[in-house]
Amino acid sequence: MNWKTFYALLSRDGHVARRNLVPTLVQNLLQPMLLTFVFGRVLTASGMMQMGYKNVLLPGIISISMSLSGIWAVAMPLISEFQFTREIEDRLLAPMETHWLAVEKVVAGMIQALVSGLVVIPTAWLVVGSGVSLSFHQPLQFAVVCLLVALFSAAGGLALGCSIGQTQIGLMFSMVVAPMMFFGCAYYPWSALASFKALQYAVLLNPMVYASEGLRGTLVPQVPHIPILAVIGALVVMDGVLLAVGLNRFNRKAVS
Amino acid sequence: MGIGIRIENLRKVYDTPPPIAARSGGFSFTPVRSKSTGDKKSKEKKKFEVVALDGISLEIRPGEVFGLLGPNGAGKSTTIGILTTRTRPTSGRAFIGEFDVWQEQVKAKLLIGVVPQRPNLDFALTAREILLFHGAYFGQSSRERTRRADEMIEKFKLTDRADHMVRTFSGGMMQRLSIARAMMHDPEVLFLDEPSAGLDPQTRLLLWEIIRDYHRLGKTIVLTTHYMDEADALCERLAIIDHGKIIAQGTPQELKSSIPGGYLLRLRFDRAPEELLAQLRTLPGVSEVRGTDHVATDVYADRGGTLISGIVSSAQAAGVELRDVHISEPSLETLFLHHTGRSLRD
Repeated sequence: MNWKTFYALLSRDGHVARRNLVPTLVQNLLQPMLLTFVFGRVLTASGMMQMGYKNVLLPGIISISMSLSGIWAVAMPLISEFQFTREIEDRLLAPMETHWLAVEKVVAGMIQALVSGLVVIPTAWLVVGSGVSLSFHQPLQFAVVCLLVALFSAAGGLALGCSIGQTQIGLMFSMVVAPMMFFGCAYYPWSALASFKALQYAVLLNPMVYASEGLRGTLVPQVPHIPILAVIGALVVMDGVLLAVGLNRFNRKAVS
Repeated sequence: MGIGIRIENLRKVYDTPPPIAARSGGFSFTPVRSKSTGDKKSKEKKKFEVVALDGISLEIRPGEVFGLLGPNGAGKSTTIGILTTRTRPTSGRAFIGEFDVWQEQVKAKLLIGVVPQRPNLDFALTAREILLFHGAYFGQSSRERTRRADEMIEKFKLTDRADHMVRTFSGGMMQRLSIARAMMHDPEVLFLDEPSAGLDPQTRLLLWEIIRDYHRLGKTIVLTTHYMDEADALCERLAIIDHGKIIAQGTPQELKSSIPGGYLLRLRFDRAPEELLAQLRTLPGVSEVRGTDHVATDVYADRGGTLISGIVSSAQAAGVELRDVHISEPSLETLFLHHTGRSLRD
C-alpha cells in the first residue's frame, strides 16, 4: 500500500472541498436549519407539537445531515467522474491498487459527513431554542456512533455513485434518499412506529434508522430509543455490506 | 536504459459494451441484473460479445518508438488499455519491463505515463494543480513537483492559462495538458492513444517534436494512430492491427517494401473479364493483379504512370472501357489496403 499516494489523493479531495466550501456549507446547513426551524420552533411554539418533540427531532436532524452529506460527497463526484469524460482515469492510474482509490473516496466522504454533523449540532441547537437537553455523558459511544454513521453514508455514497448514471440522479433521490429519510426515524423515534408493526420491522433494513436512534441514545438518552449496542452492531454489519458492495461496483466500473 | 514491453497471446472479449461505446452514448449505466438462471433477459444479455483482441503477441524494445496502426475499432485502444491496467484481458499476459501488468499493477503503473484518446482532465482543478497533484500521486516532493510543473507549463505553452480551471480550455489545450501530465512524473514508458486527433497542424508538429525529444532521453514510446504520415514520421517500428489481429509488423521501410511492386494502381472498368486481368498480368513490372469485383481491379507494380498506356491498350484490345485510374505511391496506406482489402478510414 502506497500511503504517499493515498495521502495525495486525500489532499486533492480536501483541496476541492475547500474550494467549494461556501456552497457545500450552504447545502449541508440550509435544509437542516429550515427543518429545525419549522418543526422544532414554529410547530412547538404554536402548540401544535409538544415541547419535548425538540429532543426527538434534534438527533434526527443531525442524522439526516450526516447521512446526506456523506452520500452526496462521495456519490455525486463519482457519478460525474465516471461519465464520458472519465475524469477519474488519472487517479486510477496513480501508483496504487485500484480499490484503494475507492477507500480514499470513502475516507474523504466520512470526513465531510463528520464535519457537517459537527457543524449542524451547535447550529441546530441554536435554531431550536430553549427546551433541549443534550447530554454528552457518553463521549466514547457518541464518537463510535458518529464514525459508524459517517462510514455508512460514505460507503452508501460509493455504492450508489457506482451504480447509477447522470440521468438517474433525480430518480436516486426520489427512490432511495427520500424514503430513507422519511422512514429513517429522524422525525420520530422508532418506538412511534409500534402501531404499524410490519413497517416497524421493515424499516430495520434502513441504516438511517440506526443513525437516528444511535444519536438519540447518546445525545438525548431520556427519549425512547433502540439500545446502543444493538445500534452499533447493526451499523457495523450494514457498513460492512455497503462497503463490500461499493468496492465491488467500483472495481467493476473502474476496469473494463 | 529503457524499459521494454512484452505481450503474449493477448485476448479480450467484451461481454458488456466496452466503455468507449458507453462513452459515446453520453452516459453509462452498469446494468444491475440478477444472475438467476431463470431470468430470460439476463441470458439474452449474456450473449453480447465483442472480440476486441484475438491473440496478439508483440515485443516492443526498450527505448523505441512503436506504433500501433489500424482503423477505428481494430483493437488499438484495447491493447493500450490492457498495458495501462485499465482493461482486464480475457486471457494472455502483458509485461512492462519485468512486471506483469496484472500481477504487479502498482510497479507497472510507476513506470508508465498515459495520454488517453480523449482528454480526461480533472475538471475540479486548474492546469497547474493538475500537474502538481499528479506529481504528488507519484510521490514527488513538493519542491520537485513545483519545478517540474513550471517546466511542463512552459514547454507546452500553457503559461497564460496555467491558473485557470481546465473546463474553460479548448480541445487543443486540453490535449497538450494531458500530454504534460503524462510526462510529469518522467515515466519510462509513454503511451499515447491517438495523440494528434483533433490537433491543429501547428500543435501536431509541436507534439511530434516533443515525442522525438522524449525519445532521445531513452524512453520507450507507444502510440496508436490512424494517420499514415504520423506513423511514418515518428515510429521506428510498427504493428498493423485489424479486427483484433496483427496483420503485419516491422519498420515502416520494411513494411512498405513488403508490398509487391510498391505502386498500387486502382483501376475501374465498365466490366473486368478474366482475359483482361490475365492480359494486365503480362504487362512489364506488374507483380500482382487482383479483381476485387467485376469492375474494380488493383494492380501492384514497380512503376506507376508509365503503365497507363499499356493498360489502356489492353482494355481496348479486350473491348472494355477504362473509367477511372488512381495511382498510389508506396505508402503504409497501400500496405494496409494490400493486407485487408480495404482502406484505413473505412
